[in-house]
Amino acid sequence: MSTLESGARSPEETPEAVSKEIETPPGLFRRMMKQKQAKIGMVLTGIIVLVAVVGPLLLPWATGYTSTEFSGRPFQPDGWFGTDNLGRDILSRFLDGGLRLLIYAALATAMGMVLGAAAGMIAAYQGGWLDSVIMRGNDVLLALPQLVFALLAITVLGPQGWVLVTVIGITHAPRIARVTRSAAAGVITEDFVRAAEMYAVPRWKILGKDVLPNITGPLMVELGLRMTYSIAAIASLSFLGLGLQPPTAGWGLMINENRIALMLQPWGVILPVAAIAVLTVGSNLITDALARASANVEETK
Amino acid sequence: MSIQAAETTTTAAGYVLQAENLAVATLGGKEILHGISFALTPGRVLALVGESGSGKTTAGLACLGHFRTGLKHTGGTIEIKNKYEEGSTDVLSLPETGRRGLRGGSISYVPQDPALSLNPAMRIGDQILEVLRVHGYGKTDAERRERLAGVLTDVGLANDTAYQRRWPHQLSGGQQQRVGIAMAFACRPEVMVLDEPTTGLDVTTQALVLQTIHGLAEKYHVAGLYITHDLAVVAEIADEVAVMLSGDVVEAGDVKQVLYKPQHRYTRKLLSAVPDLAGRRRIGDVTAITGDMPVVDPETGKANSSVAPGLAAPSAGGKHTAAPAATSAAAPEGTDADGNLLSVKDLRLAYGSNQVLDGIDLALTEGESMMLLGESGSGKTTLARCIAGLNDTFHGSVSLAGTELAHGTRDRTASERHRIQYVFQSPFSSLSPRRTVAESVEVPLLMSGKYSKAQRRTMVTEGLDQVRLGASYLDRRPGQLSGGERQRVAIARALVNAPSVLVCDEVTSALDVSVQASIIDLLRTLQLDTGMAMLFVTHNIALARHISQRLAVLQKGQIVDLGVTGDVLENPQHSYTQQLLANVPSM
Repeated sequence: MSTLESGARSPEETPEAVSKEIETPPGLFRRMMKQKQAKIGMVLTGIIVLVAVVGPLLLPWATGYTSTEFSGRPFQPDGWFGTDNLGRDILSRFLDGGLRLLIYAALATAMGMVLGAAAGMIAAYQGGWLDSVIMRGNDVLLALPQLVFALLAITVLGPQGWVLVTVIGITHAPRIARVTRSAAAGVITEDFVRAAEMYAVPRWKILGKDVLPNITGPLMVELGLRMTYSIAAIASLSFLGLGLQPPTAGWGLMINENRIALMLQPWGVILPVAAIAVLTVGSNLITDALARASANVEETK
Repeated sequence: MSIQAAETTTTAAGYVLQAENLAVATLGGKEILHGISFALTPGRVLALVGESGSGKTTAGLACLGHFRTGLKHTGGTIEIKNKYEEGSTDVLSLPETGRRGLRGGSISYVPQDPALSLNPAMRIGDQILEVLRVHGYGKTDAERRERLAGVLTDVGLANDTAYQRRWPHQLSGGQQQRVGIAMAFACRPEVMVLDEPTTGLDVTTQALVLQTIHGLAEKYHVAGLYITHDLAVVAEIADEVAVMLSGDVVEAGDVKQVLYKPQHRYTRKLLSAVPDLAGRRRIGDVTAITGDMPVVDPETGKANSSVAPGLAAPSAGGKHTAAPAATSAAAPEGTDADGNLLSVKDLRLAYGSNQVLDGIDLALTEGESMMLLGESGSGKTTLARCIAGLNDTFHGSVSLAGTELAHGTRDRTASERHRIQYVFQSPFSSLSPRRTVAESVEVPLLMSGKYSKAQRRTMVTEGLDQVRLGASYLDRRPGQLSGGERQRVAIARALVNAPSVLVCDEVTSALDVSVQASIIDLLRTLQLDTGMAMLFVTHNIALARHISQRLAVLQKGQIVDLGVTGDVLENPQHSYTQQLLANVPSM
């Protein structure tokens, strides 16, 4: 008889049924962290971020030198990892060179996310000619290779930090806008957006409070992916001499400065390359796990 | 061993398929089916009836030896009689390859949505031929083509080559479903499992498809397992019924016996929730509106207060005590010259050359409930949305209490927006999954900008109270609510505005029948309590007497019949209404 009552779906649900329904599924973050690769990714990324953040604070206490101080002759095995092309301590330069790269990459990614998400949501929501203008503009930007566009802008405006961040942010935006638009298009057809319109909720509020919270899954994945690309782009530009300028320490720059003595004193190249590789792999693992976790939400919803 | 074999042959004598103590559980160990048994006889249709989540589809798929991902078979057998030799085989003990051989050959499956199950990039003739080829039916392609033509005739479709070369998108929903049935029937199976094959179809089309299925079962001696939640359909098609409730068969037997002399409490409850055209039954707690008890006097258009409380009385309890007082307290603002609260005049809307709405004239008086009936594509939702201001591309006028309203909601005044409220069809789509119930319900209050946070909280709690949801629901999210609860929240969101017109767009079509009964019950009670007018848009004519005093029938953008519900149902003027009434499945 008890099974009858609980299954009969009377308006007054039995306490057990209610408590069963209240049991919330674990959040996106917790579902992500359940996966082994997310844990590995977190550890890898964590190590590099820690080095980059804490490194500059340790100088010159830990190594005895600052990152731009000459410690001796070029390419000598002095200290832990030797000296670089101008006789500076490699470990000092390595410890000092990560933070700026990470900050620039984070800023560029954040800028790309804001621009791209806004453009994508507006295109999806408004539709019509505005949609066409935004998305065709996107296509034009996408047609330009990211690095070529950056080279052009830096050649014209000079290799300053803000130019670097802006240029990489802008080149990310159309890619993010694409993803946002397609994710938002699915949400916008839902009736709750129609309901918000019916109550004359301002359009920007509909986008911010009804659409955005429902597309965070794909956006988080895109965020992780773009972060990886930003790191790679800034490191490459630095390598080409168009990013961070000497004598500032930077991982990309270090690779360029020390590559001529790769056989002689390899640490000057290996340390930054390894750091960038580990960071990229780590953040990719996290992104992957995040994508899987957010795909599960869709299925169970 | 020998005893067991003998037993099976004797018990299975009349049966072609027999499920015994079938148990299925999730991989997590939660049992979905608790050992159910049923048997299928050639030429007869067994209906497996139950509400969503009762395990009826799981049981149906198990007959094909299939379990959805995340489910596993934990006990029991499904014996199917061998096609060419004596004895029977246990489908579930076969390896996957053996099961594949059976599927489509001996046992076939007709899925719910034909539009999704047909390959849109393949001509329908080729799709049916593919089934025949895979199962090695006939020796030559010519033989198979002959069978293709035959099976198309059997399901009542044209069998010429031009028809066979059509693409699925060139067919109507009913034709697509009949192609689905033809595919399932092509290899002359002994058993057909039909999973709600008419759920998405109009009553007229549904009647045709049901006839086809019934004809096939009888003519070719096929056993049918018809999975459905619709008891009226069961009465039309089935010979036997098994009623399922959370993984158990609670009642089984002959269709007449189960439907008209139900033994089990759940069956009785389920049956009492089914709306009937004649309005004899009470669905929910409120009696049906019949011709004898109009809530609104058609002469004056005013709420008939002497009847209204009496109508609510049978439900008794303290639940409806507010009714008599509220009826007189209604009408905060006046009506127009004709006494109409809401009037729609010559409303037209076209998408390109497609005239969706073609001159609609409609009027609602205060406290009146009108049903707008139409099949899919008749323009009923478009009309409802035009009235609510969600669709502003129409020509014509919508007036509220004598003032003509702007076409779009954003151009209407705040009080006009509050006075017309719209409830969406699917509660699974109309509430943002990321907002709590309280956040969703307070949106209209927030937009009016008149209330403090505490006031809004009180009003939201009151609104939830009106729809019989307690304050414990305030901070839950839609994902934690059942379909019925979600729809109640959506109704609460409309009610906090104290509307004078409530437009309900197919609000029960996504819900189970017993939930539908409780929502209809709720809407009726609310209408009596608050005195609001209601436009109830639906395709389900059987609800007419349960919810409406007047009935408007919409066909291809035109109102073809309009009048007091009882009159329209008893004396339909238009041939379309007559045809609709003739096709309604009834019990």
